[in-house]
Amino acid sequence: MEHTHTAEGHEHGQHDASTKAIWKTFWILLCVTIVEVGLAFLHLETGVPPKLLLNGIFIILTIFKAFFIVAEFMHLRHEIKNLIMTILIPLALFVWFIIAFLADGDSWKNMRKDLSPGAARQEVKAPAHEEAHH
Amino acid sequence: MDTAVTAKKKWWSGGYSPFNVSYGKLMMWYFLMSDAFTFGALLISYGTIRFMSTSWPDPNEVFRSFPGMGEAHMPLVFVSLMTFILIMSSVTMVLAVHAGHMRDRKAVVKWMAWTIVGGIAFLSCQAWEWTHLFHEGAWWGRNPFSNINGTVASTNFTNFFFTITGFHGLHVTSGVVLNIVILANVLKGTYEERGHYEMIEKVGLYWHFVDLVWVFVFTCFYLL
Repeated sequence: MEHTHTAEGHEHGQHDASTKAIWKTFWILLCVTIVEVGLAFLHLETGVPPKLLLNGIFIILTIFKAFFIVAEFMHLRHEIKNLIMTILIPLALFVWFIIAFLADGDSWKNMRKDLSPGAARQEVKAPAHEEAHH
Repeated sequence: MDTAVTAKKKWWSGGYSPFNVSYGKLMMWYFLMSDAFTFGALLISYGTIRFMSTSWPDPNEVFRSFPGMGEAHMPLVFVSLMTFILIMSSVTMVLAVHAGHMRDRKAVVKWMAWTIVGGIAFLSCQAWEWTHLFHEGAWWGRNPFSNINGTVASTNFTNFFFTITGFHGLHVTSGVVLNIVILANVLKGTYEERGHYEMIEKVGLYWHFVDLVWVFVFTCFYLL
């Protein structure tokens, strides 16, 4: 490019920089997905890493991918703070949402286990006032 | 469109958007936030039921097939391909938005067309997967797969799978329709006349959101 076309040259420079950022994000997303699938296969073949650890890794990698999609593809990282906060603060409700509901599901499972037919259960003592009533 | 961001600017004293984006883009963000809660509610109820169950079908057994490979045991391969297609179409979308900033109409047309191709390819993959599962006997209210511990599974697994991937597929479908409408407008010269390609950014936000949801669906149904 000749020096007389400085404005155009500047535009091209910007053009290259943001296209580069797009492809970099693409490679990050692709690599993380490949790592996830690779770990899943490793677990299928060898049983390593253990399932609980593996699930933890999957969740962290998923949030990592989500961050890049929202920050770079949806451009949220480059918006002003007001916009970022108005979007992200309500989504923080999910933290409570997930913990509360999964804990609820887990306690239901434990109750159903204890009450299922044939399950070893503790004898429930009849309340004392029941006899007094008769 | 955007005003310059300076450190001392009083964003809330009026005269300009305190979010520094147009009304349309801001409303798209709010819509996507509400949609995120819808998908979040679906996925969390799936998680709750899964936590409630003593056992659950093994995704590596259920999603083991690949088109044209018969009975070959290939867990994760097909869904990885679907994920790749969707990520790729997100990239072409972002390139279309970028071309819009440059007011390069030809490039916008090219990248929008590729995005539509990617969306249709993803939907075709999903159609194949659903058909395949249906022929194996899976549908809402029917679950031929047994739990990982060998016990008979409830229909919770198939109900959640078809509801959530179906709802996501519906989003992809409407995304493809929106992309086609926008592409037609680009070809007609609507945005050239308007002087900016901001509409590409708005549908772009929606399209990336669909990709974002898929990242979570992929993890919740196929990996965990």
